[in-house]
Amino acid sequence: MKIDIKSEKGMAIAVLKGEIDHHSARSAREQLDSFIINMQPDVLAMDMSGITFMDSSGIGLIMGRQKLMKECGGRLEVHSPQDGIRRVLKLAGIERIVRIT
Amino acid sequence: MEILNEIRISMPSLSSNESAARAAVSSFIVQTDPTVEELSDIRTAVSEAVTNAIVHGYRGTSGIIELVIRLLPGREIYIRVKDSGCGITDIKKAMEPLFTTAPEEERSGLGFSVMESFMDRLSVRSKVGQGTTVTMRKKLAAHGS
Repeated sequence: MKIDIKSEKGMAIAVLKGEIDHHSARSAREQLDSFIINMQPDVLAMDMSGITFMDSSGIGLIMGRQKLMKECGGRLEVHSPQDGIRRVLKLAGIERIVRIT
Repeated sequence: MEILNEIRISMPSLSSNESAARAAVSSFIVQTDPTVEELSDIRTAVSEAVTNAIVHGYRGTSGIIELVIRLLPGREIYIRVKDSGCGITDIKKAMEPLFTTAPEEERSGLGFSVMESFMDRLSVRSKVGQGTTVTMRKKLAAHGS
Protein backbone atom coordinates (compact mmCIF):
# COMPACT_ATOMS: atom_id res chain seq x y z
CA MET A 1 0.00 0.00 0.00
CA LYS A 2 1.19 3.52 -0.79
CA ILE A 3 0.28 6.66 1.16
CA ASP A 4 0.78 10.26 0.04
CA ILE A 5 -0.08 12.92 2.60
CA LYS A 6 -0.75 16.55 1.70
CA SER A 7 -1.39 19.18 4.34
CA GLU A 8 -2.58 22.77 4.23
CA LYS A 9 -3.87 25.04 7.01
CA GLY A 10 -4.66 22.26 9.45
CA MET A 11 -6.44 20.11 6.86
CA ALA A 12 -4.53 17.02 5.80
CA ILE A 13 -5.43 14.47 3.15
CA ALA A 14 -3.82 11.05 3.14
CA VAL A 15 -4.30 9.42 -0.25
CA LEU A 16 -4.14 5.64 0.16
CA LYS A 17 -3.57 3.30 -2.77
CA GLY A 18 -3.48 -0.49 -2.94
CA GLU A 19 -4.76 -3.12 -0.52
CA ILE A 20 -5.25 -2.93 3.25
CA ASP A 21 -4.70 -6.16 5.14
CA HIS A 22 -2.96 -7.08 8.38
CA HIS A 23 0.42 -7.09 6.58
CA SER A 24 0.12 -3.67 4.93
CA ALA A 25 -1.73 -2.02 7.83
CA ARG A 26 1.40 -2.13 9.97
CA SER A 27 3.47 0.28 7.86
CA ALA A 28 0.42 2.45 7.13
CA ARG A 29 -0.15 2.80 10.86
CA GLU A 30 3.44 3.90 11.44
CA GLN A 31 3.37 6.43 8.60
CA LEU A 32 0.03 7.96 9.59
CA ASP A 33 0.85 8.08 13.31
CA SER A 34 4.16 9.79 12.64
CA PHE A 35 2.36 12.44 10.56
CA ILE A 36 -0.41 12.98 13.14
CA ILE A 37 2.00 13.32 16.05
CA ASN A 38 4.39 15.64 14.21
CA MET A 39 1.89 17.80 12.29
CA GLN A 40 -1.14 17.75 14.64
CA PRO A 41 -3.69 18.49 11.89
CA ASP A 42 -7.21 19.64 12.82
CA VAL A 43 -8.68 17.22 10.29
CA LEU A 44 -7.13 14.18 8.67
CA ALA A 45 -9.05 12.78 5.70
CA MET A 46 -8.17 9.29 4.58
CA ASP A 47 -8.90 9.30 0.84
CA MET A 48 -9.68 5.64 0.16
CA SER A 49 -10.72 5.94 -3.49
CA GLY A 50 -7.54 4.10 -4.49
CA ILE A 51 -8.00 1.22 -2.05
CA THR A 52 -8.98 -1.88 -4.03
CA PHE A 53 -9.24 -4.30 -1.10
CA MET A 54 -9.76 -4.02 2.63
CA ASP A 55 -10.54 -6.59 5.29
CA SER A 56 -11.19 -5.94 8.99
CA SER A 57 -7.54 -4.90 9.40
CA GLY A 58 -8.64 -1.65 7.75
CA ILE A 59 -11.23 -1.16 10.48
CA GLY A 60 -8.49 -1.41 13.09
CA LEU A 61 -6.40 1.05 11.09
CA ILE A 62 -9.23 3.60 10.92
CA MET A 63 -10.31 3.18 14.57
CA GLY A 64 -6.74 3.54 15.80
CA ARG A 65 -6.16 6.73 13.79
CA GLN A 66 -9.51 8.13 14.91
CA LYS A 67 -8.48 7.56 18.53
CA LEU A 68 -5.10 9.23 18.02
CA MET A 69 -6.64 12.19 16.16
CA LYS A 70 -9.12 12.65 19.00
CA GLU A 71 -6.34 12.54 21.59
CA CYS A 72 -4.53 15.24 19.57
CA GLY A 73 -7.67 17.41 19.46
CA GLY A 74 -8.53 16.74 15.83
CA ARG A 75 -10.88 14.50 13.88
CA LEU A 76 -10.63 11.82 11.22
CA GLU A 77 -12.71 11.48 8.08
CA VAL A 78 -12.89 8.74 5.47
CA HIS A 79 -13.38 9.85 1.89
CA SER A 80 -14.58 8.03 -1.25
CA PRO A 81 -14.29 4.34 -0.36
CA GLN A 82 -15.20 1.95 -3.19
CA ASP A 83 -18.35 -0.18 -2.85
CA GLY A 84 -16.60 -3.30 -1.53
CA ILE A 85 -14.81 -1.25 1.11
CA ARG A 86 -18.06 0.49 2.09
CA ARG A 87 -19.61 -2.90 2.85
CA VAL A 88 -16.82 -3.71 5.35
CA LEU A 89 -17.14 -0.22 6.89
CA LYS A 90 -20.91 -0.66 7.19
CA LEU A 91 -20.56 -4.07 8.81
CA ALA A 92 -18.29 -2.51 11.45
CA GLY A 93 -20.71 0.40 11.98
CA ILE A 94 -17.80 2.77 11.65
CA GLU A 95 -19.98 5.61 10.36
CA ARG A 96 -21.14 6.06 13.97
CA ILE A 97 -17.72 7.37 14.99
CA VAL A 98 -16.08 8.55 11.77
CA ARG A 99 -17.58 10.76 9.06
CA ILE A 100 -17.64 8.92 5.73
CA THR A 101 -18.22 10.85 2.52
CA MET B 1 -18.85 -34.54 -1.13
CA GLU B 2 -18.64 -34.37 -4.94
CA ILE B 3 -15.73 -32.14 -5.94
CA LEU B 4 -15.59 -30.64 -9.45
CA ASN B 5 -12.22 -28.95 -8.97
CA GLU B 6 -9.83 -28.30 -6.13
CA ILE B 7 -6.54 -26.65 -5.25
CA ARG B 8 -4.51 -27.09 -2.09
CA ILE B 9 -1.91 -24.67 -0.90
CA SER B 10 0.45 -24.96 2.06
CA MET B 11 2.14 -21.79 3.15
CA PRO B 12 4.18 -20.58 6.10
CA SER B 13 2.38 -18.23 8.47
CA LEU B 14 3.96 -15.08 7.06
CA SER B 15 1.78 -12.00 6.87
CA SER B 16 2.98 -11.45 3.30
CA ASN B 17 1.05 -14.62 2.41
CA GLU B 18 -2.29 -12.95 3.20
CA SER B 19 -2.26 -11.35 -0.25
CA ALA B 20 -0.93 -14.58 -1.79
CA ALA B 21 -3.94 -16.47 -0.39
CA ARG B 22 -6.30 -13.87 -1.86
CA ALA B 23 -4.58 -14.09 -5.22
CA ALA B 24 -4.89 -17.89 -5.18
CA VAL B 25 -8.60 -17.83 -4.38
CA SER B 26 -9.22 -15.17 -7.05
CA SER B 27 -7.38 -17.20 -9.70
CA PHE B 28 -9.32 -20.34 -8.84
CA ILE B 29 -12.76 -18.78 -8.60
CA VAL B 30 -12.53 -16.74 -11.78
CA GLN B 31 -13.29 -19.97 -13.72
CA THR B 32 -16.84 -19.78 -12.35
CA ASP B 33 -17.36 -16.26 -13.70
CA PRO B 34 -18.44 -14.79 -10.33
CA THR B 35 -19.85 -11.31 -9.89
CA VAL B 36 -17.50 -8.59 -8.64
CA GLU B 37 -19.32 -8.68 -5.29
CA GLU B 38 -19.07 -12.46 -4.94
CA LEU B 39 -15.36 -12.41 -5.70
CA SER B 40 -14.82 -9.54 -3.26
CA ASP B 41 -16.78 -11.37 -0.52
CA ILE B 42 -14.80 -14.58 -0.88
CA ARG B 43 -11.42 -12.81 -1.06
CA THR B 44 -12.28 -10.85 2.09
CA ALA B 45 -13.41 -13.96 3.99
CA VAL B 46 -10.24 -15.86 3.01
CA SER B 47 -8.08 -12.91 4.04
CA GLU B 48 -9.77 -12.87 7.46
CA ALA B 49 -9.33 -16.61 8.01
CA VAL B 50 -5.66 -16.62 6.96
CA THR B 51 -4.95 -13.53 9.08
CA ASN B 52 -6.58 -15.20 12.10
CA ALA B 53 -4.32 -18.22 11.63
CA ILE B 54 -1.24 -15.97 11.49
CA VAL B 55 -2.16 -13.52 14.26
CA HIS B 56 -3.98 -15.82 16.67
CA GLY B 57 -3.24 -19.44 15.70
CA TYR B 58 0.51 -18.99 15.46
CA ARG B 59 0.80 -16.01 17.74
CA GLY B 60 4.47 -15.45 18.57
CA THR B 61 5.40 -18.63 16.72
CA SER B 62 5.27 -19.84 13.15
CA GLY B 63 3.79 -22.80 11.35
CA ILE B 64 2.02 -23.99 8.23
CA ILE B 65 -1.39 -22.84 7.02
CA GLU B 66 -3.29 -25.14 4.69
CA LEU B 67 -5.74 -23.56 2.29
CA VAL B 68 -8.14 -25.75 0.32
CA ILE B 69 -10.45 -24.25 -2.28
CA ARG B 70 -13.06 -26.42 -3.96
CA LEU B 71 -15.70 -25.97 -6.59
CA LEU B 72 -18.73 -28.08 -5.73
CA PRO B 73 -21.81 -28.84 -7.85
CA GLY B 74 -24.39 -26.06 -8.03
CA ARG B 75 -21.72 -23.34 -8.29
CA GLU B 76 -20.83 -23.66 -4.63
CA ILE B 77 -17.40 -22.59 -3.39
CA TYR B 78 -15.89 -24.43 -0.43
CA ILE B 79 -12.94 -22.95 1.47
CA ARG B 80 -10.98 -24.55 4.28
CA VAL B 81 -8.24 -22.77 6.23
CA LYS B 82 -6.38 -24.94 8.72
CA ASP B 83 -3.60 -24.16 11.14
CA SER B 84 -1.83 -26.32 13.70
CA GLY B 85 -1.41 -23.48 16.17
CA CYS B 86 -2.55 -22.85 19.71
CA GLY B 87 -6.25 -23.42 19.11
CA ILE B 88 -9.21 -21.50 20.52
CA THR B 89 -10.26 -21.95 24.13
CA ASP B 90 -13.80 -20.65 23.70
CA ILE B 91 -15.04 -20.60 20.10
CA LYS B 92 -18.35 -18.96 21.00
CA LYS B 93 -16.54 -16.09 22.69
CA ALA B 94 -14.01 -15.80 19.85
CA MET B 95 -16.88 -15.40 17.38
CA GLU B 96 -18.47 -12.53 19.27
CA PRO B 97 -18.17 -9.27 17.32
CA LEU B 98 -15.40 -6.99 18.63
CA PHE B 99 -13.83 -9.74 20.75
CA THR B 100 -10.08 -9.88 20.20
CA THR B 101 -7.06 -11.24 21.99
CA ALA B 102 -4.71 -8.97 20.03
CA PRO B 103 -5.79 -5.37 20.68
CA GLU B 104 -2.14 -4.26 20.62
CA GLU B 105 -2.10 -5.12 16.91
CA GLU B 106 -5.31 -3.12 16.44
CA ARG B 107 -7.29 -6.24 15.62
CA SER B 108 -10.91 -5.11 15.51
CA GLY B 109 -12.39 -8.44 16.54
CA LEU B 110 -14.53 -8.53 13.40
CA GLY B 111 -12.82 -11.34 11.51
CA PHE B 112 -15.47 -14.00 12.16
CA SER B 113 -18.28 -11.44 11.70
CA VAL B 114 -16.94 -10.63 8.24
CA MET B 115 -16.64 -14.33 7.36
CA GLU B 116 -20.21 -14.97 8.56
CA SER B 117 -21.62 -11.98 6.70
CA PHE B 118 -19.80 -12.48 3.42
CA MET B 119 -20.17 -16.27 3.15
CA ASP B 120 -23.29 -18.46 3.34
CA ARG B 121 -21.95 -20.93 5.90
CA LEU B 122 -19.14 -20.81 8.43
CA SER B 123 -17.90 -23.57 10.67
CA VAL B 124 -15.05 -23.35 13.19
CA ARG B 125 -13.48 -26.41 14.80
CA SER B 126 -10.61 -26.05 17.22
CA LYS B 127 -8.65 -27.96 19.82
CA VAL B 128 -6.42 -26.19 22.28
CA GLY B 129 -2.81 -26.99 21.48
CA GLN B 130 -3.69 -28.65 18.19
CA GLY B 131 -5.04 -25.93 15.94
CA THR B 132 -8.09 -24.51 14.24
CA THR B 133 -9.98 -25.35 11.06
CA VAL B 134 -12.28 -22.79 9.49
CA THR B 135 -14.64 -24.01 6.79
CA MET B 136 -16.76 -21.68 4.67
CA ARG B 137 -19.17 -22.13 1.80
CA LYS B 138 -20.76 -19.73 -0.61
CA LYS B 139 -23.16 -20.47 -3.43
CA LEU B 140 -22.61 -18.28 -6.45
CA ALA B 141 -25.54 -16.86 -8.38
CA ALA B 142 -26.57 -18.73 -11.50
CA HIS B 143 -25.08 -17.48 -14.75
CA GLY B 144 -27.09 -14.64 -16.24
CA SER B 145 -28.98 -13.91 -13.03
